[in-house]
Amino acid sequence: MMSKLIFGRYIPGNSVIHHMDPRAKLLLSFYFIGIIFIANNWPTYVLLFAFTLLAIKLSGVKWSFFINGVKPLIWLILFTVVLQILFSASGGHVYLQWGIITISQFGLINGVYIFCRFVLIIFMSTLLTLTTPPLELSDAIEYLLMPLKVVHFPVYEVALMLSIALRFVPTLMDETEKIMNAQRARGVDFGEGNIFQQMRAIVPLLIPLFVSSFNRAEDLATAMEARGYQGGEGRSKYRILKWHGRDTWATVAFAALTVALVFLRA
Amino acid sequence: MAITFKQVEFTYQPGTPFETKALTDINVTIPDGSYTALIGHTGSGKSTLLQHLDALLKPTSGTVTIGDRVITPTTSNKDLKSLRQHVGIVFQFPESQLFEETVEKDIAFGPQNFGASEADALKLAAKMLTLVGLDSDLLQRSPFDLSGGQMRRVAIAGVLAMQPKVLVLDEPTAGLDPQGRLEMMEMFARLRHEQQLTIVLVTHQMDDVANYANNVIVMDHGQVVKTGTPQAIFKDPQWLAEHHLGLPKTTAFAQQLMARGMTFDEMPLTEDQLAAALVKQLPASMLGGGDHDE
Amino acid sequence: MSQIIDVEHLNYRYPQQAADQLTLTDISFTVAAGEWVAIVGHNGSGKSTLAKNLNGLLAPVSGKITIDGQVLSEQTVWDIRRKIGMVFQNPDNQFVGATVEDDVAFSLENQGIPRDEMLSRVAEALAQVDMQDFATREPARLSGGQKQRVALAGMIAARPQILILDEATSMLDPEGRAEVLQTIRQMKADSDLTVLSITHDIDEAANANRVLVVNDGHLVEEGTPAEIFQHGPALIKMGLDMPYPERLKAALARLGVQVPATYLTEKGMADWLWQLRSNK
Repeated sequence: MMSKLIFGRYIPGNSVIHHMDPRAKLLLSFYFIGIIFIANNWPTYVLLFAFTLLAIKLSGVKWSFFINGVKPLIWLILFTVVLQILFSASGGHVYLQWGIITISQFGLINGVYIFCRFVLIIFMSTLLTLTTPPLELSDAIEYLLMPLKVVHFPVYEVALMLSIALRFVPTLMDETEKIMNAQRARGVDFGEGNIFQQMRAIVPLLIPLFVSSFNRAEDLATAMEARGYQGGEGRSKYRILKWHGRDTWATVAFAALTVALVFLRA
Repeated sequence: MAITFKQVEFTYQPGTPFETKALTDINVTIPDGSYTALIGHTGSGKSTLLQHLDALLKPTSGTVTIGDRVITPTTSNKDLKSLRQHVGIVFQFPESQLFEETVEKDIAFGPQNFGASEADALKLAAKMLTLVGLDSDLLQRSPFDLSGGQMRRVAIAGVLAMQPKVLVLDEPTAGLDPQGRLEMMEMFARLRHEQQLTIVLVTHQMDDVANYANNVIVMDHGQVVKTGTPQAIFKDPQWLAEHHLGLPKTTAFAQQLMARGMTFDEMPLTEDQLAAALVKQLPASMLGGGDHDE
Repeated sequence: MSQIIDVEHLNYRYPQQAADQLTLTDISFTVAAGEWVAIVGHNGSGKSTLAKNLNGLLAPVSGKITIDGQVLSEQTVWDIRRKIGMVFQNPDNQFVGATVEDDVAFSLENQGIPRDEMLSRVAEALAQVDMQDFATREPARLSGGQKQRVALAGMIAARPQILILDEATSMLDPEGRAEVLQTIRQMKADSDLTVLSITHDIDEAANANRVLVVNDGHLVEEGTPAEIFQHGPALIKMGLDMPYPERLKAALARLGVQVPATYLTEKGMADWLWQLRSNK
């Protein structure tokens, strides 16, 4: 059974976001993280949220997935926000001062902005992974790495490695669960006792997992060789990526967003 | 040791978008001392049920009574050891759980987790290795140097070393050759008598059900759809086919004979039963070997 | 020459073995184009090693292997691998692609086939194994039988002349096994494929024209399934199940019934029993 993590999971769908070119989605997501830092006042943050929520709406994925995506990180976010509030440079009205700790109006506002940035980044990257199959992401990465072929970087091999790794994630997760169950049935308590005991409990899990992974790798290598794999050169490609009108439009939308942000920022 | 399920339901990842219901209203008892076969096609909920036998999973609602312990949805994860000592599970391809440097240490791993001293555990290891039919020369070898069949026996010895009262076997003969399969099944039958075990066998091999089990639980779509003796289960081939299950070879062959007009008082399940039933119907001249005068 | 596989005096030893130990000893046999040959033997007898020698996944110590007129050597190995499709035991460990269609296309990509041709060949192959509705699925969501059918689709797409099944059904449940066997029979009927199946499964061996028995690295016997199946209880030692009629014959013989010495199919056995009863 799959773990409960939402981040990094793909939810099949038929929306315009699902059908976008993964290269466009990947590049625009990175671009979005960049332009978040243009925002520095309420109108700009409101605009960013409106844009993100519209994108989520278009994807047709349920809101709960995004809220669940934030949940595991909430303590990290709050910790950062609190640090920001307590220790940032003072300015505006000072509400409390105690030693090096200052709670000021600026600090509070900064804290809220940081919180917004975190949420925006998580929402947008969750949207990317929820609407893009990992394989398409790996295709996009392969394409974006292509310029490195000039310096003899083995792009095809790395891409194949990535896709095989992705393909084996569920297999190895099942395997892990199976071995954990077998060892629990033999009296191992995972996740209990002190650090030392927990480390020891990991050994009967890790060794069988390594052994089985090596066996699988050997089998896979044999099967690949039997099917004529001789390295990346001379191979043709079954999967291709296609840039559509919607990808151009998405790019235009992001450009418009940038212009609006620059215009609205303080 | 008996295991009883009362109104057990189980749902994977409840409350998430990936929620899936795996068991529905399970009410079934695995009687003490029985050889119970658990059958059902792939995805019928067998392996989820199996994990409840050892409290590896706890029911989402309902109770599982294992010996005198009652497992409820709120049972704490701590303090389950005494229970797990009494129910040994041999998972599918159990050789993949081996990890120690030597066969001896691997077999002794379980007993030591349950509080046995190292000396006692090693003594048990030596005893269990002979019990599963391996030579004691292997004790100091690395388990990874053994053949596939030997590794599987070492893993089984590791489960037996906990001295369980119930032995759960999940497709224990998968991947073995016919000789290995036969030897393995005979070994479990022998162990059952020698160690007074209750056995639960999860299998797709209907011949094994016919040859060894005395109680059968049939699952489909996360529910128990029938329980009974092998005779009772296999007498309705059409019902079995509807649940994607086959017949023992003998029963299938007997069906062919019945289609031609032969009749049997009781549905034969093994070739010896069929042979005995046939002998009654054959002319006397065929009996007694070829030396007799006609 | 109609012999598509010709093996002469093959000896093989794994690198870690001592010089006087051989996993395969002096193996010679031929297979005619279009034939279905089953190789049986118990676990560890060397039958998988033999299969891996045929397409150069393992290199013999000595001996000569000729595939479709080409002598196997370092120069010809990639040509020969194109002529031989191989399906292995573990459905998970041979699934290279991240989706069904990617996996079927893998051999074609290796051969550098243009994409348009790949698209049609992949679609055709998937339709032939009745997996067209699963083209974009990930392997984790497939049953063992479905994964093996995808592996077979990969072979169909690559159009080899020889198909080697290395215990391809041994990890499947009975339904999956029946599914895969049916697909192989269909493939055999659709093209003039030569099939070499390494198996313990009596139903799979019964499909063959000829059975080779390997024991301890030696080729010990060769015959039609009917000839081999006559061995009765000795079949178990050869790494094969007993066919049901043989099991019943043995049980009847234990009760003192005179049974025919020749091999009977299930139908033959039922005919014989019916005849006897009618004579009563």
